[in-house]
Amino acid sequence: MIRTRGLAHAYPGAERRRYPDVDVRQGGTLLVRGRSGSGKSTWLALIAGLRGAPEGDLFVAGLQIGTQRGAEIDAWRARSIGFLPQKLHLSSALNVADNLALAYFAAGRPRDDAAIAQALARVGVAELAARKPHQLSGGQAQRVALARAVLLQPELLLADEPTASLDDEAAASALALLQGSAAACGATLVIATHDPRVLQALPGAAVLDLNQIGFQPNVDKRQQL
Amino acid sequence: MKQIAYLARLSWHYLWSRPLAAVLNLLLLTLGLAAITLVLLVAAQLDRAFERDLNGIDLVVGAKGSPLQLILAGVFHIDVPTGNIPLQDVQELAQHPMVAQTIPLSLGDSYQGYRIVGTTPDYVAHYDATLAQGQLWQAPMEAVLGAAAARGMVRPGQTGTPLVGATFEGSHGLGGGGHAHGDHPYTVAGVLAPCGCVLDRLILTATESVWQVHESATAVDADDLQALQAEREVTVALLRYRTPLAAVTLPRYINAGTALQAAAPAIEVTRLLRLLGVGADVLRAFGGVLLAVAALSVFIALWNAVRERRADIAMLRMLGAPPARVAGLLLSEALWLALLASALGLLLGHGLAEVLGRVLLAQGLLPVSGWLWLPAEAGVPLLAVGVAALAALLPALQAYRTDVADLLSQP
Repeated sequence: MIRTRGLAHAYPGAERRRYPDVDVRQGGTLLVRGRSGSGKSTWLALIAGLRGAPEGDLFVAGLQIGTQRGAEIDAWRARSIGFLPQKLHLSSALNVADNLALAYFAAGRPRDDAAIAQALARVGVAELAARKPHQLSGGQAQRVALARAVLLQPELLLADEPTASLDDEAAASALALLQGSAAACGATLVIATHDPRVLQALPGAAVLDLNQIGFQPNVDKRQQL
Repeated sequence: MKQIAYLARLSWHYLWSRPLAAVLNLLLLTLGLAAITLVLLVAAQLDRAFERDLNGIDLVVGAKGSPLQLILAGVFHIDVPTGNIPLQDVQELAQHPMVAQTIPLSLGDSYQGYRIVGTTPDYVAHYDATLAQGQLWQAPMEAVLGAAAARGMVRPGQTGTPLVGATFEGSHGLGGGGHAHGDHPYTVAGVLAPCGCVLDRLILTATESVWQVHESATAVDADDLQALQAEREVTVALLRYRTPLAAVTLPRYINAGTALQAAAPAIEVTRLLRLLGVGADVLRAFGGVLLAVAALSVFIALWNAVRERRADIAMLRMLGAPPARVAGLLLSEALWLALLASALGLLLGHGLAEVLGRVLLAQGLLPVSGWLWLPAEAGVPLLAVGVAALAALLPALQAYRTDVADLLSQP
């Protein structure tokens, strides 16, 4: 569940940016569209509780963000948010199973090897548990990263550009897997993307289009010159 | 508890994910710690050896010359003596009211590099040495071997044959290779148990033996022999005071009033240790520099690790790890290094001390062993942990402050 009302955020020394209100029910899907510099990263960071107290009201996964101390928000993030970064960020020092176990370490919970095996099996890479990340193909690595994201049964699954640099077939299967994984734990799915294929593949999803905000940051102006 | 074990396991993986850097840092830390361990071991053992050998000797009397040389030759037996002194003078000194005991020593001959010392049984009693085999000398030309000397005299292929009863010929001079006194062989009467003191490296015999060997070697006829017997000499005499007051007057009396020289071991050894102390300080400073370099290297490695693993660390934070847990991971990596380096450094330090001890022993110098643990060595792991923690401080802080939102920004 995500609900924002009058959400706005300003970096020190920069103009304040307002975001449109959003309502996504638990288990729903939201596409966040926006070019580089459109504030997409900041919006995601706000949703994940990474950017301190925002202006306006922000409810995510049963929590009104902004009043908690650092440790509380960390614990909440461990419990409630699964994150699939664009660059996957699997640790090259650890094998696949240990990479998944990082989620337990980060959350301060005892490692559950059965759950790790199950999560890997659900995304179809159970046999890769002992491999190092550099021994995986791109698609396999993404599945491992997805398994890590949903390992702790989050209420919200954030995916950042999951279809970037994938061909049509791979993109479709990645999206299907993402939807399936989110549905399996009843998580709200948020996909940040500028890929039109995603929009076509998920016609029922709510869309937050940050490109439509009239505000353009300074960086882009300079680039246009 | 499980969390800490897992933290340790995880940081171990991270440490060895860059094996070259890990090995280099380990090597640097190990060398620094080994140098410090070596200094600790050698300094403590030298101090102990000096103390043991000097214990109960208040004054050393011998021929005029360097007082330090007199001590080194007469007490530690690592230098040549300053010359001989008339036996009569020593006997007069023994009658002095302030002197409790005199032990005469006659030097001049050696066997295979071990000095043959003519003395009285008082010398053995002074160091509380006990016999491992046989008995003390009962007559001239009987000898008692120190433990190290006995070990050195067993010829290859003859191990097992008893030393007691064997004969050997002393050679003139203290270095070995001098003229052999062929017609005056010594008979081994006993072997001393190791005492950890100077006696270990000596061959003891009656003062009369040394006289007998030299008088008959140099005398041309019977008259000459008698003349020589009238002018009998010893090399040094070790004195024990009857009263502490003697320390004030007796050395001055001997140095000014007689042809003898008196040297107080306490003073001379303090001087000597000050000289040696410079060497120990240099070695200690060297170890310190090595440790500082190691700290710097660990710092650089961890700093780079934090930069390389920026994304890993941010991902951990994204997964909900509090900053302290992430910083702990870095710290734990440094602590692994410290732990390994402590173990290796202590081992290497002891190994080096043992090697050094064998070299010194081969040269007939002071005994140093690697098979000895000092309480002060407990400071070595502490030092290692301190250095590693210091090196990890900034990188850990950097990891603590990692901005998670970086993960979300597009490059």
